[in-house]
Formats: sequence, C-alpha cells, structure tokens
Amino acid sequence: MWAFLLNCIRYTTVILLGTATIASAQPVNDAALMGSRPAKMLSEYGLFADAPNQLPNDRVIAYDLQVPLFTDYAEKYRFAYVPDGQPATYDVTEVFTFPVGSVLVKTFAYPADFQLPDENIRLIETRLLIHQEAGWNAWTYIWNDEQTDAVLKVAGKVLPVDFVDASGQAQSITYVVPNKNQCKGCHTFDKAVTPIGPKARNLNKTIRYQGEEKEQMVHWSDTGLLVGAPDLNEVPRVPASDDMTAPLEDRARAYLDINCAHCHRREGPGSTSGLFLTYHEPNPTAWGYEKRPVAAGRGSGGLDYDIQPGDAAASIIHFRMASTDPGIMMPEVGRSSVHTEGLALIRDWINQMK
Amino acid sequence: MRTYRVTLSWFVASCLLSLTAWAQAVVDVSAEGDFQENLQEALILAEPGSTIRLPAGRFELQTALSLDVPRVKLVGAGMNETVLSFAGQVAGSEGLLVTSDGVWLEGFAVEDTPGDGIKAKGVDQISFKDIRVEWMRGPNAENGAYGLYPVESTNVLIDGALVKGASDAGIYVGQSQHIIVRNSRAEYNVAGIEIENSYYADVFDNVATHNTGGILVFDLPNLPQMGGHSVRVFNNRSINNDVANFAPEGNIVATVPKGTGLLIMANHDIEVFGNEFADNESVNVLLAAYPREYNDANYNPLPRGIFVHGNTYGRAGWQPDKAVAELIAPATDLPIPDIVWDGAVDGIWAAFFGPDEQDRIVINEADDTTFANLQFVKDMILPWGASVLTDISDHAGSREPLKAVSLPQEGAN
Repeated sequence: MWAFLLNCIRYTTVILLGTATIASAQPVNDAALMGSRPAKMLSEYGLFADAPNQLPNDRVIAYDLQVPLFTDYAEKYRFAYVPDGQPATYDVTEVFTFPVGSVLVKTFAYPADFQLPDENIRLIETRLLIHQEAGWNAWTYIWNDEQTDAVLKVAGKVLPVDFVDASGQAQSITYVVPNKNQCKGCHTFDKAVTPIGPKARNLNKTIRYQGEEKEQMVHWSDTGLLVGAPDLNEVPRVPASDDMTAPLEDRARAYLDINCAHCHRREGPGSTSGLFLTYHEPNPTAWGYEKRPVAAGRGSGGLDYDIQPGDAAASIIHFRMASTDPGIMMPEVGRSSVHTEGLALIRDWINQMK
Repeated sequence: MRTYRVTLSWFVASCLLSLTAWAQAVVDVSAEGDFQENLQEALILAEPGSTIRLPAGRFELQTALSLDVPRVKLVGAGMNETVLSFAGQVAGSEGLLVTSDGVWLEGFAVEDTPGDGIKAKGVDQISFKDIRVEWMRGPNAENGAYGLYPVESTNVLIDGALVKGASDAGIYVGQSQHIIVRNSRAEYNVAGIEIENSYYADVFDNVATHNTGGILVFDLPNLPQMGGHSVRVFNNRSINNDVANFAPEGNIVATVPKGTGLLIMANHDIEVFGNEFADNESVNVLLAAYPREYNDANYNPLPRGIFVHGNTYGRAGWQPDKAVAELIAPATDLPIPDIVWDGAVDGIWAAFFGPDEQDRIVINEADDTTFANLQFVKDMILPWGASVLTDISDHAGSREPLKAVSLPQEGAN
C-alpha cells in the first residue's frame, strides 16, 4: 500500500508535491552548492528528502512547465531552490532572476511501460543548474543501477533505454546524457550559462499541490520562491500544445519557443542561422516564413525554405524535426527519436498557413 | 647571508612552482579504456592555457566532442597519425565544437562526421594548424556540410589544412572578422574554400582542386552579420574543379556550376591577384549578384569595388553547367570568357554610365585575358535588350591595395 502510494507520488511529483510535510532533518547543503568543485554524489547536496522517490527536501519546490522541452518522452521532475530569504525576481519575458545560491533541478526518468506510468520507474540522470558567484554552472548526475544515488558525470554517457510506449509498442532508444559543454549548447544567453524553462509565460498554469489545485505563480510567491510577480491576469501565458481551445498558431509558436528558441534567438548559440523562434519574434522571415537556409547543409533536405506556407512537407523545419540523423535533426541534441505529437502540431500549423 | 638564503629559497620555490605548473599544463589523453570519455573529460577539465595531447591511432567516437576552456592547445601526432572517426556518431551536429577563446588545434584528423567536421562558434583567436577533415567515401550528398567551420568569430587562422568531401564547403568561414586561410588544400568538396558574410580575410597560397567551385566569396541576406568586405584572394591555385555539384538543394552552394574557379557574390572591396585559374569547365572567374529573391532591406546583393589583377588564366568554359550554361553561354558562346561579370548594378544611372568609382569593377590582366560584361540590368531596362560587352579595357584602372590581415595569435598587434 505504501509502496503504491509512494509510486503514485513519485510519478506525479511534479504536479502533486507540497514540500512542507516531508521535511527531512537536514536542510539543503548550501556549502556543497557553493563549493568550487561539484559534489561527487547527488545526495551530498541534500536536495531530496527521499531522492530515489524524488521527494524534495524542505524549501525545494517542485514545479511544472506549460510546454516542456521534448527529450525522447522522458518523464521530468523539476525542482527549484533559492537560499533562505532570497527569492527570485519576476521578469515578464525572460527567465526570472535567481540569486546566487539558487539551484534548478531536473530528473529524467522512464517508466518501464508508459501504460503503467507509476510503476517500475527508472531514474536516468539528474541535472543541476547551480547559480554560483561566477555564474550558472551545469552538472549532471547519472543514477546507479541500484537507483539509490547518482554520480557526477562530466563527459556525458550514451545509455540504451527500453520502454513500452503509451500505445503498447516496445521502444529502444539511445539516450544521450549530455557532457558538461553540451549543457552550454542550449543553456547560453549572450555567451553566459542561463536557465531556460522558468519564464513567466511557461510557469503560468494551475498545478496540484498536496491534492489541491493551485496557481503555480501564486504558489511560487507564497512559498518565498519569487517576488515581484504582478496580478495573475497580468502574467503572460503560452498555451499547452494539446489545448485545442487555443489558436493553432499560438500553440505552434509556444512549442517552437521552448523547443528551439533557447538556441534560435539573437542572443543564443543558433544566432548564426538568422532563424529566430522566440514566441514574440515579429519578423516573419526571421521565424522562418519563406526564409532560406544558410548553413544547413544536408539539413535543408533539398528544400528551399524553413517554412513554405501551406506545405509542411516542403518546409525545412518540418524535415529536420522528422529526422533522427545527427547531421540533419533539430534540435541537434536532447533527442534520438521523433516527437510525433510536436511534429503533427508544426505540420498542421504550416499546412494552414497562407 | 640571510638575504641570500631567502633569495635562494625563493628561487627554488619558484622553480618548483613553475615545474608543477608546467607538469599540469600538459595532459596526455590515454588511448586505453574509453577513449571518448578520456578525451571529453580532458577537454572539460583542462586548465586554461594547458595543452592536451592526443595519441597516435585511430579512434571511434560516438558523440560530438566539445571544448569550452580558453587558450587550450589540442595537439595530435599528425593529420594522418591521429584520426578521430565519427562514422558511428549517434548524437551531435559536428565532430568537435569549440566555444572558448584562444584555442589552437593542430595535427589531427576528423573523419566521416554526419554533420560538420570542426565548428568554432563565437570565439576570438581560433587556430587550425595542419588539420585534416575528410569524408572517406568521396563526394556524396550524405556527407556533412562543412569541414572547418569557424563562425561569428574574430581572428581566425586556418593553416596547412586538408579538407575533402564536404557537401557544402570544405573550409568555410562565416560571419567572422580578421581571417587568414593559407597553405591549405581543398578537394572533392562542393565549395573548396568559402568566405561568407565576413570582413578582413586573406586567402592565399591554397590549392582548390576537384571541387565543384574552387573559391567562393559570398554575402547572404537575413543574417546577423552582412555586408561582406575587405577580402584578398591571392597566390592560390584554383584548378581542375571538375566535381558535379552534390550539395542538397536549398543551400546557396547548390547553385554553384561545376567547374567554377572563383565566384564572388555580393560583397565589396575584394582584391584578387597572383592566382592561377585553369581547367575549370564552366568559368575561371565569375562576379555575380545574389540571384534569389530576398526580404531584407539592409542587404546589398551586388559585388562592388572588385579589383582583379595579375592572375593567370588557363583553359576554361568549354562545358558550362547550371546558370553559366543557361544564362551566360547563350550570350557569350563557348568557351566562356575568363572573367565574367553579370553587370547587375544599382539603378538606371549605373546601368548606362557605370557604377560610382568606389563600386567599379577594375581589371588589370594580361592582354589575352577574355572578358564579358553581361549587362543584365541594362538588358532588362531596354526593350530591345543590351549586348554583351567584351572589351576588358573598359575596366582598366587601379584601386588602392587592401591591407594585409594580421592576427594576434601569430604575434601581431
């Protein structure tokens, strides 16, 4: 019974957990977070009350995103922590300003069978973005076979992962744990390492804490994680990809925003392409409308435009999202399989475009 | 006596310190065990200013390598002795990515990457010395796009490289400033050497042969850095470029005709001298406007202020391809003249009276050099069209020579 309950909680950590009731004896190890060298074991940071079950420590707040980055269908458990009395500062368009001493935590996991998502969950890796005096630092920890703790890995790792997908098909993927530099491949803004996810428009959603529906933005303010947030109706929001009540264009642009725009923006690693996919990019050529490729190589697929209005099959964005060839695919890291649902969303959007 | 002892101990201490520093500053990557992990860990844990030595041997890599520590020297045992093969690569869009300043790469090879060979993005002082990038099966549309690929960088040195088989450009420098490409060889690529949307480049003492196009100087619209200028192409041999274009459609290089010696598209203030152009079956030298539609008010599609002098021209233009066959050959007949300018100019005035002095195409070549100005714009304006001009003396004159590029990693200021 307890095991079952824990499993339920584990699966839905992101949307279920309140933290106050699961406080452990030891607080988060701020000294370890601020150390000049990363801890060898994940457990040394004290971020979890029960790490194998992904139950966070006191003052470590589970959170969720309106539109997540696609990473080979991995389940993701996200947590944020700020030093006591030092909340992050609200920003209307960019990532919130987190104080030195903050950490963002993301664990990647696969259930053996997505039809039974709360059973036999295998934790793969836990990534930390730690805000130190010199800037944000990215580290990743790979879970041991016993699933008791995770060990620091700077050089990355290729791991075979098998699971049964939601439709009952057996899947085998080559999961790539990024090396430390590859973290920077996406997490770069004006050449500095930066978080990507915690933006107002992507956090503004309802979420269940301790069985209770709550606005996540309100929860962040209530728990001292965030200051400066305006009234909820003034906080921007992107629609979830499957929210059929939202305009198709908004859903597609929101999907590209979170999956592509960390690189494909003027301040990002993909600036050289001239393709800018941030949610608010106003220039149609810049977001791909009849924009020609620059250095795509065989990523062009023999096609003329990033987006050929009305014809997804003739659009390079669609071609590269549909590929798993490292010399073609986009995003270039973070996946080894095709996101069928995301691809369908972009296909529908381009096909109805005038 | 006391002073002496203090001095001596200081001396000993500083010797020891510098020895220790020196010992730490060179890391030998072990060929034993998991080479990928050994090397990637060395690249991540390197101290700024240190040297990482690669062993001789052939090594299979599964994912992209990356270097983000400043002033690291990554040195192999030679471009044929230390081979990093990416034939089995499953992740990453290049073989090696450099994102830190002052990096020096020397004496190793990168083979068979599904994407680009070696990319350096947004860095200052990047040097490639005696590096080979090659796709072993030869020209193939499935090869990666670029061999050596510095982009959005400053102070770029490419010296002694050998690049073969790139499905876009073997040596490609994009959106960069202060560039030297020299003593290098580019073969069996679509474009041998390409300088794109860049400022202040010296391309010299290179051999570009058996590519589709030997040397390209391009400027494209809708990019963060545009208005390419101040490029010198000199003392190169661009000969026998005889490989059919195998670039995927959509890319601008897919339009390059088979057998092009030098193609200058858009850009201003380009100097071309002392080169040998020969045995290029479409054309030896082509000066052309960006040929496609574009939507960018800040972009100038024309080549302006080009100065071509003192080059030698061998056989060319006997069997033109693509636009040279479709647009130029009907106007000039075969063989295609040595130097062809499309005559695209900015407005009616320039079409009839020539461009302003600073934008003129100036040519000083030996008397037997053949030339054509296709007068494309005038041809469009006049209902009865405009004939091709072949008098090279229309372009006589001189231009102030462009300044040589010097790079801080070579001791310049």
